[in-house]
Amino acid sequence: MPSKIHDLETSLQGLTDGATVAVAGFGLSGNPEALIAAVLAAGVRHLTLVSNNAGSMGLNLATWLQAGIVDRFVGSYVGNNAELQRAIDDGSVDVQLVPQGTFVERLRAAGAGLAGFYTPTGVGTVVAEGKEVRTFEGRRFLLERALPVDFALIRVAAADPFGNARFRRTSRNFSDAMAMAAAVTVLEAEHVVPLGHFDPDDVHLPGAFVQRVVEVTEHADVIEKRTVR
Amino acid sequence: MSWTKEQMARRALAEIEPGSIVNLGIGLPTLVGDLLPDDADVWLHSENGILGMGPSPLAGSEDPQCINAGKETVTIRPGGSTFGSHTSFAMIRGGHVDLALLGALQVASNGDLANWTVPGGRTMGMGGAMDLAAGARRVVVITRFHARDGSPKLVDRCTYPLTACGVVDRVITDLGVFDPGPRGWVQVEAA
Repeated sequence: MPSKIHDLETSLQGLTDGATVAVAGFGLSGNPEALIAAVLAAGVRHLTLVSNNAGSMGLNLATWLQAGIVDRFVGSYVGNNAELQRAIDDGSVDVQLVPQGTFVERLRAAGAGLAGFYTPTGVGTVVAEGKEVRTFEGRRFLLERALPVDFALIRVAAADPFGNARFRRTSRNFSDAMAMAAAVTVLEAEHVVPLGHFDPDDVHLPGAFVQRVVEVTEHADVIEKRTVR
Repeated sequence: MSWTKEQMARRALAEIEPGSIVNLGIGLPTLVGDLLPDDADVWLHSENGILGMGPSPLAGSEDPQCINAGKETVTIRPGGSTFGSHTSFAMIRGGHVDLALLGALQVASNGDLANWTVPGGRTMGMGGAMDLAAGARRVVVITRFHARDGSPKLVDRCTYPLTACGVVDRVITDLGVFDPGPRGWVQVEAA
């Protein structure tokens, strides 16, 4: 069986100017740090970035915004992301804000062979503008379309050479859905384990949704809000 | 008379049914979480993928891969589970979250909620607010009655961009507890 194991450079082959790239993570938690840095180093531009909140504190995806390689951002939250706020203010990035549940379901739908879905989220709000509204059993729903992407960059705790993978705690977030939605899914695995290492019942992400695996054992994993008792 | 923030949070605690699944928004709702005893019979849901969220970790045992939706380090209680966002929002939209306790900028007497942005303000993004407001089985708002500029937050019709329509069941304020009703606001408790 051919292995999906790559090094950082070859893992991004085909990621070219104008690509739509989904990057997993909730703020700085669960970021594929090495892949994010490798995309920046590769010098690609005019990207559409699909990510919940595009980095933070000047780190990880915020470096893409600083470098000006993102033309469009599709996500759900800006908050205190200074780089994204600046890009919105100066008009350098076209921003599409999507409710978080709709965001992840649009990705999942793309990977599940669905053109879209009807959701109650956003009915009667700005999110509904220009969208079909249909009533089912007396309740109104919005039509939201699938969101396919060219690449998904995903952080996992462990992966095998077929791309079967496991996540840790809340680093999972948007990863499953992004992996399903992408033509090419690249895993940044903290550990690569042999085939058969995972009990089949314990696989979180089946290898069918994964094209490439890179082992990266060191991560900064910066905590945004350290709260303790 | 008016209630302090802690009194408001204590009143909000009474809205939590034993054994229920509860999502706490940021701001005042977080105070309610702080009042919950460690062994409280409640399953806290965090939309980034935790059911059974526990208190903050002890210093030295913070885990960068175990955070809540406010990006704060948290713990997970025995019986808790972690999952992807697609599952988390299925829980929310699918009516599996019993109660969302949320902050607000404005609430209307028809149950409309505005809590994600002000016109002309900084672009913040709605995050999971619209899904929570539209999907939770019961939506209780905890907020001061008046905004900082002195205007009431409980209104006939919201003027701020809406988060969801007709979803709010109850509002806990410093002046008492109010329910939206077909003939306007009904004060069900005074402070």
